[in-house]
Amino acid sequence: MRLRREEPDCGRVTCWGRARKMAARGGVEEMRSRVILGEFGVRNVHTTDFPGNYPGYDDAWDQAKFEQNFRVDVIHMDENTLEFDMVGIDAAIANAFRRILLAEVPTIAVEKVFVYNNTSIVQDEILAHRLGLIPIRADPRLFEYKNQDDEEGTEIDTLQFQLKIKCKQNPRAAKDSSDPNELYINHKVYSKHMTWVPLGNQADLFADADLRPVHDDILIAQLRPGQEIDVLMHCVKGIGKDHAKFSPVATASYRLLPEITLLQPIEGEAAETLKKCFSPGVIEIQNIKGKKVAKVANARMDTFSREIFRHDDLKNLVRLARVRDHYIFSVESTGILPPDVLMSEAIKVLIGKCRRFLDELDSNHMD
Amino acid sequence: PSQNPQQSPAPRQAAMAEEAQGKPALELVQADGADGSCVTFVLHNEDHTLGNSLRYMIMKNSEVEFCGYSITHPSESKINFRIQTRGGLPAVEPFRKGLTELVDVCQHVLSKFEAGIKEYKAQKEAEME
Repeated sequence: MRLRREEPDCGRVTCWGRARKMAARGGVEEMRSRVILGEFGVRNVHTTDFPGNYPGYDDAWDQAKFEQNFRVDVIHMDENTLEFDMVGIDAAIANAFRRILLAEVPTIAVEKVFVYNNTSIVQDEILAHRLGLIPIRADPRLFEYKNQDDEEGTEIDTLQFQLKIKCKQNPRAAKDSSDPNELYINHKVYSKHMTWVPLGNQADLFADADLRPVHDDILIAQLRPGQEIDVLMHCVKGIGKDHAKFSPVATASYRLLPEITLLQPIEGEAAETLKKCFSPGVIEIQNIKGKKVAKVANARMDTFSREIFRHDDLKNLVRLARVRDHYIFSVESTGILPPDVLMSEAIKVLIGKCRRFLDELDSNHMD
Repeated sequence: PSQNPQQSPAPRQAAMAEEAQGKPALELVQADGADGSCVTFVLHNEDHTLGNSLRYMIMKNSEVEFCGYSITHPSESKINFRIQTRGGLPAVEPFRKGLTELVDVCQHVLSKFEAGIKEYKAQKEAEME
């Protein structure tokens, strides 16, 4: 993990000096760049760096300045999760990316369920709803949106799955057994029982695409001997704004980088108390000439429990803030697309939105 | 195009149906007798996602006196986006500039993000070896 706020081991005296100066300068610079978490409320919440708001500052948009300050640091990525820092951007735009990840990056999900037979105790509509929520591993970029008026789906906009399963007694079960797993065959219906039924030329097109649910072990229903489910599902491309089943993420969120400043040296027992007020790893205790001295080791780890405000002797010695333009994004994919692809797609969606209106302006009479 | 207005199809599909019918995604509303410096843009099928990010970009323009937006009603999928400019500049100008700048920002973010991911993957691979 890259730690940006970590200070080199500067002399104790200069460290305190800098902290105090920061607090004293406070005013304008702090108002512009930090969100302050006080005992009785959060201060400087809104973006205020617009032209004309601050004398002596040029706050007009400057693309070069933006490009110079902006950076992305990937902290961690695996199959389904991604954590990265996006620094030097406004909340309005970072939030747009987050909102698009949740609601406007398309995926494929079950939209129509044709029930040929369902004698299970799960009602048709509940079954259909459950099927809808199963993530389908199919790249949505290879499909078109289905036109609402088209009754029949085609190979470019629809994926077909079949779920046909019947429960039977297990003739080989021990006589005195009471375990349903042994007594019955197919009594648990899982997502792995869904089979892909190619439409048109899809068999050739997706020969090596391995189209199936992301997870094999999602329990859809439980059956008893004689009960059966026979359904055909039509999956279409859609977005989370229409229905949450289309959302490509389990969650996508960001938080601002915490900044904790000790305004005075905190020593001895007070240092121990201070350490306990924050998440593990945030405050470190150093031993300087036999004295315990508290030091902020890694503010990033903090969750801002506000415990410090219960200690009257300490609460005025610490400043809690968040860095206004440092976003710690966390994206957790449902497994349909890798999280880095989702983020790229989200950015492209925002570009697409702008282009749509630019085209509209250009093609129109409007000027 | 849908013939039945009673239907309430999915928003995305509705949006596409409307565009296919030639319903504009953008409308301009001006008070009677006003010049082009005060305009309300009606953005159909948009919400805070574009509204707030575009408002930010436009407010960064020093020629703009006022920029704000509102969502008319939760059941209507459109926003009223208001721009007032200084010195009689047509409001369409900062609107267009804001959109263009937002595209530029996104493109820079995208390239930096993809570079960051590439770097991370390369680093991971190097560690594996």
